[in-house]
Amino acid sequence: MSDNNRDDLIDRMAAEAKRGRLSRRDFMHYAIAAGVTASGASGLWTSKAALAAPKRGGIFKVGVHDKNTSDQMDPGKYAAVGEIQLAHAHRSYLTEITPENGLGPDMALEWTATPDAKVWTFKLNTKATFHNGKKFTPEDAIASLNHHRGEKTTSAAKPLLAAVTDIKAMGDDTIVVELSQGFADLPWVLTDYHLVMLPANADGTVDWESGIGAGPYKITKNDPGVGTSLVRHDGWHREGAYFDEIEMIQLNDPNARQTSLLTGGVNAVTQIDLKTAALMGRNPNIAIDDVPSGSAITLPMFTDVAPFDNNDVRLALKYAIDRNDIIEKIMFGRASAGNDFHVSPGMPYFPADIPQREYDPEKAKFHLKQAGMDSLSVSLSAADSVLPGAVDMCVLYAEHAKKAGIEIKVVREPSDGYWSDVWLKKPFVFVKWGARPTPDNMFTLAYKDDAAWNESHWQNERFNELLLQAKAEIDQERRAAMYHEMCMIARDEGGTVIPMFTNFTYARTKDVAHGPNLASSWELDGGRAYHRWWFA
Amino acid sequence: MTDVLGIVLKRLGLGVLTLLVISILIFFAVELLPGDIAQAVLGQGATEENLKAMREQLGLNEPAVWRYLQWLAGAIQGDFGSSLISQKPVTETIAPRFANTLFLASYAAVIAVPVAIILGVIVALLRESIFDRVANVTTLTSISSPEFFLGYILILYLAVKNPWFPAIASLSDDMTFLELLNRTFLPALTMVLVVVAHMMRMTRASIINLLASPYIEMARLKGTPAWKVIVKHALPNAWAPIINVVALNLAYLITGVVLVEVVFVYPGIGQLLVDSVTKRDFPVVQACCLIFAATFILLNLAADVGAILTNPRLRHPK
Repeated sequence: MSDNNRDDLIDRMAAEAKRGRLSRRDFMHYAIAAGVTASGASGLWTSKAALAAPKRGGIFKVGVHDKNTSDQMDPGKYAAVGEIQLAHAHRSYLTEITPENGLGPDMALEWTATPDAKVWTFKLNTKATFHNGKKFTPEDAIASLNHHRGEKTTSAAKPLLAAVTDIKAMGDDTIVVELSQGFADLPWVLTDYHLVMLPANADGTVDWESGIGAGPYKITKNDPGVGTSLVRHDGWHREGAYFDEIEMIQLNDPNARQTSLLTGGVNAVTQIDLKTAALMGRNPNIAIDDVPSGSAITLPMFTDVAPFDNNDVRLALKYAIDRNDIIEKIMFGRASAGNDFHVSPGMPYFPADIPQREYDPEKAKFHLKQAGMDSLSVSLSAADSVLPGAVDMCVLYAEHAKKAGIEIKVVREPSDGYWSDVWLKKPFVFVKWGARPTPDNMFTLAYKDDAAWNESHWQNERFNELLLQAKAEIDQERRAAMYHEMCMIARDEGGTVIPMFTNFTYARTKDVAHGPNLASSWELDGGRAYHRWWFA
Repeated sequence: MTDVLGIVLKRLGLGVLTLLVISILIFFAVELLPGDIAQAVLGQGATEENLKAMREQLGLNEPAVWRYLQWLAGAIQGDFGSSLISQKPVTETIAPRFANTLFLASYAAVIAVPVAIILGVIVALLRESIFDRVANVTTLTSISSPEFFLGYILILYLAVKNPWFPAIASLSDDMTFLELLNRTFLPALTMVLVVVAHMMRMTRASIINLLASPYIEMARLKGTPAWKVIVKHALPNAWAPIINVVALNLAYLITGVVLVEVVFVYPGIGQLLVDSVTKRDFPVVQACCLIFAATFILLNLAADVGAILTNPRLRHPK
């Protein structure tokens, strides 16, 4: 066994032990079997496996990618990774995605809904304060949510709260949200990165300009395009916030991120280059975290435009892609295969029993024949700004499809203006979606018949009917069954090829420690490494 | 001296006219780019409703010519408008970045210019020797490699393998001047390597050009040592082309540093310009481009004035 393999094995055993699946006795046994001496194994147990209690202190320096000069404080306009990371460090949300990818409390302590899921009641955490010392009140919560509602809002989160008709205060620690239709996922949607809690102004608007939040850290210096410095917000309403200070440094160049992590300029980076990840992993001082995410690559086809209006053509294209080859060659193994329905394994209600669609040129040919065609020629648009390697991936797909008699012409589109001129405009394109918390959220955004972003122009009566029913269904089992059916429909009749769900691959120096699980909603533990992680 | 003053005033007047033309070109070039600021900012999250609301807030519904004239009216009075994204005045956004760029450019220039000219004189003196060849090949290699590649090589050998200098040049307010010099050494060195060759070879060429002139022959016949012939007799007459090349390279140090800034994460004006273009933040783009244009105009003017002052014949053109 080579040293590398052995270290890898020990790391995995240590991870198992931390999860409580491996006892000290078993750990010692296996470690000695792997060629470690008894005293060495004992030392490894204490240094790696035994869960060290978090310690306070230190300055956590993070190299953040996609942080820009144009980053701003208005949560309705959050879009870049840098903004999302900062938002989770200096602002707080009503609810959060936990490291186990469940739903947890943040500024709301608990919530209940009426049986039709049309009225939701949230009990707020009255211990919470803003950085200027002001107490968090229902008025703040209402104004913060209203920032994304109404005629004049410029918020990109407006569609998320479209069903909300009214938000009222009840007493001094509760808000009531009324909706026009049942919406069982509301507490999940409130984890969306736009929906931060902000101090309200007297006129019912919010103060987003000052940068004052109720998050674990407060900003001491923000220099867009360079970096942001923060210090701990004493009296934060939750456990954690172990670091004394946070420094987020804009490192957009992959090489700069890598060298500054290697030379100790930063303690963690939000993304590493997949090509060199394996090399970095060999450095004894660097730990790589590879987290399967809900971020999907989709290839939507306009189902109302020939030839994609024929379901057999769509199925042929779905069978003509070799997902494993793409994951191996383009993503270096750091992705998980998609199955042509937009629910990732990390989402609740994931239907694990639906068989994986494999690469099958013969079946693709069969479906082409069903459609009355011998061969097919289509154009697929992509740009490398959407995902580094996007164009390469499409070229590889074209090679796979050739064997099925399908010619895919890959069109490299300009990165600039891709979202305004290519996406939703051309019939067959490459898209990357950020992770959404629930199937309802994803389906409503991009698969519902009248959704503005229905990127495949897909109209399926049964699917839309189920979507509305499931939205208001509080019974978990019935709901899961509905999503199962919807996933099957999307997989076999939908207009979207889903090659894969990408991983978040980020790295830290080994002196930075975290718990056994990592949230898969955003980079760095769902953007919450700042208050969850610590210096060992 | 009045003739020089006249030339300067005339050139400055022409310069202002050039800037005006450039501002028109840039404005309409930004207009021609696909998508507007609302689409660029909202990106994948754009819907028809929030696009409309944002365009209204930013006044993008006015005709382009009217928006340009509004900007121009402000600019003439010294008000370059506010960034459409941060809402901060453009001058406030650009000033610290421009100061950083100027610092890095001066740092590089202070090393590059003397080194290039002294090297140029030495290789002219030792022309066709091994030293001449080695110096030429080295500097030509460094100018022929892309800046980012040079940067990565320097990072690899001077930061990662031998941790002598920091790999990234992020700045903070509480740095001493020495720390600052240390932190920005690698980007400055990269730029030095990029500009030295041009200046050195121009110095060498213009000196060698003069060596065939009768008065140099005369000096040599007098028995003046070779280095004195070059420094005292040849160099003063060779200044004009050298100054021109130096000015061009100084302008390049200010305007051509985008890649170096990206590689070393140095918060200069180039990075700001690229960011602003992708987001279609017109007032910032306009101001950055005008600064670059003005840099070229002023440095070219300075070069011409320098050339005239070192060569009295140019002051009285026939």
